[in-house]
Amino acid sequence: MRIVVLMKPVPDPGEERLGADGRLDRSVSAVINGNDEYVLEAALQLVEAHGGEVTLLSMAPAGMTDPIRKALAMGAARAVLVTDPGLAGACAWSTAQVLAAALRTLEYDLVLAGADTSDGGGGVVGSAIATLLHHPYLSHARKIEPFEGGVRVERISAVGHDVLEAALPAVVAGTQLLGEPRYPSLRGIMGARSKEIATRTLAEIGLDDRPVGGAHATTTLLDTRAPAARGSTRVVRDLDPAAAAAAIVDFLVERRAL
Amino acid sequence: MTAAPALGRLTDDQRAIRDAVQTLARERVAPRAAEIDRTATFPEDLRLLLAEQGILGLPFPERFGGLGADLLTVCLAIEALSSACATTGLILAVQELGALPLLLAGTEEQLDRFVPGLAAGSDLIAFALTEADAGSDAAAVRTRAVRDGETYLISGTKRFISHGSVASLVTVFAVTDPEADRRRRLSAFVVETTSPGFSVSRLEHKMGIRGSPTAELAFDDVRVPVANRIGAEGDGFGLAMRTLDRSRPGIAAQAVGIAQGALDAAAAYAGQRRQFGKSIGEFQLVQGLLADMDARTEAARQLLYTACDEIERGAPDAGRWSALCKLVAGDAAMAVTTDAVQVFGGYGYLDDFPVERMMRDAKITQLYEGTQQIQRLVIARALLARDA
Repeated sequence: MRIVVLMKPVPDPGEERLGADGRLDRSVSAVINGNDEYVLEAALQLVEAHGGEVTLLSMAPAGMTDPIRKALAMGAARAVLVTDPGLAGACAWSTAQVLAAALRTLEYDLVLAGADTSDGGGGVVGSAIATLLHHPYLSHARKIEPFEGGVRVERISAVGHDVLEAALPAVVAGTQLLGEPRYPSLRGIMGARSKEIATRTLAEIGLDDRPVGGAHATTTLLDTRAPAARGSTRVVRDLDPAAAAAAIVDFLVERRAL
Repeated sequence: MTAAPALGRLTDDQRAIRDAVQTLARERVAPRAAEIDRTATFPEDLRLLLAEQGILGLPFPERFGGLGADLLTVCLAIEALSSACATTGLILAVQELGALPLLLAGTEEQLDRFVPGLAAGSDLIAFALTEADAGSDAAAVRTRAVRDGETYLISGTKRFISHGSVASLVTVFAVTDPEADRRRRLSAFVVETTSPGFSVSRLEHKMGIRGSPTAELAFDDVRVPVANRIGAEGDGFGLAMRTLDRSRPGIAAQAVGIAQGALDAAAAYAGQRRQFGKSIGEFQLVQGLLADMDARTEAARQLLYTACDEIERGAPDAGRWSALCKLVAGDAAMAVTTDAVQVFGGYGYLDDFPVERMMRDAKITQLYEGTQQIQRLVIARALLARDA
């Protein structure tokens, strides 16, 4: 089974900064979008069980290869990075057109996307790609199983889950219920250095004369505001629940709140 | 959050491996550290994790399934693990120590037989040189290996053997020629711990590294094939010394890791703990403690990394570099962890916080693989030999 995982490098959650133009500063350290890491894990398990390969597809600034290397270290075979200065500020519709055009240059049976991203959060790119490519679209997957010629997905619902089937090729958007992503092994990390990250410009995927990118955004960014400051906040991040509780109690006792 | 050491000198691979091991240390090892210490139980789950992630394969050649990492990379991994849990960092350090005689002098047949299991992490190997009356005076070993046809019969008792009770292989140093010069009396053997006559006669109760089993091993006419002798008869003492030249940086790395873990805990606490209406980190006396801790830790780290590079490039005074970095790092770990307890005040003395454990763990780095006094002897001898 040939699987393409759509993977977006995003600013490390909690470290996001807005640039002077009101857009996210993408020069800060980037990580794999959380949901994408979960669908990558699901993709790796599928090819481990059924054979095949995982290809990563990203649209990002050229320097943003660290998260892609990490995904390759987890076990993806190769990566395709669509990068073009004209893409800065692209809207979700542009992004979908670019990724769909890139997918047309690849061979695949299944496209997996995370349910949404921690930076944009629109959650529409996967469905837009499926529409553009005339593929079935199965959303909110908590389990993905292939069968001859098709894919079966458990889709979470308000009352439990639905079981859906579709013919291949198909686009599936996955949730974190798919299961915890693995840590890249050291062998994987060292092996990832020799794996290919093929970069593609808009011209190379046949979109150079098409209205995509920041200049053609279908939505216009009017204003961006960070949440109002709430004074000093202390976040207790102890992994041991007892220690975390003790820290909170200490905090309250110190202030004579308990 | 473990502070990132200076990056310029590390390769991309070294940085990537260090970062990956730091992530594991933070997310998987640190939450287990207090329990490992309290229950004094070998963390089999973390051994498996290190095996699965390829960390135990770092020191071994790629052709046997290892990662063929250089000494600095192995030390970066030991440092990262030890910043969360010294017992867990020691799993890798002891695996390297036990295997070094094989890696330095083993035949291709021996490597083929023993190394794949070690690189995969399915087998652990211990290093058995020390005896009750042969500690700093390592050449005073009394365990005998007597040739009997195509085998040797090994008898005697080894003491203070890290992983002695969990390893499937033990590299044992035994006397093959009692009449020879003290540097030619010993030979090294790989002993499988399933061999009849091998037994664990005692487990020590220790002040620190409490999850790491330290065993007394009894050899009661254990029959070992000649094919398991590493190097020639009489090579054992020299091989043990060459092993320690290369393994001591691993202990220095453990020490640097412990120091960094204590510094991170103390700095975080100083920012949170409030007295007299402000965080204690705003008081200059506390700032002075933290700054000195950082300086000592970073100095030890940079010496360790330099020592690794020197040893890896085959410096003629490798033994000196190895002793220098263990001496400085062990003392730094002891001082920094002691100061970390001081920053925590009375709370630091409680096992609710990690720094008292780190202080107990730090002490061993001044004792094993040669006491600090032995390191000074090694350094001084190298200096005097250089000028002779």
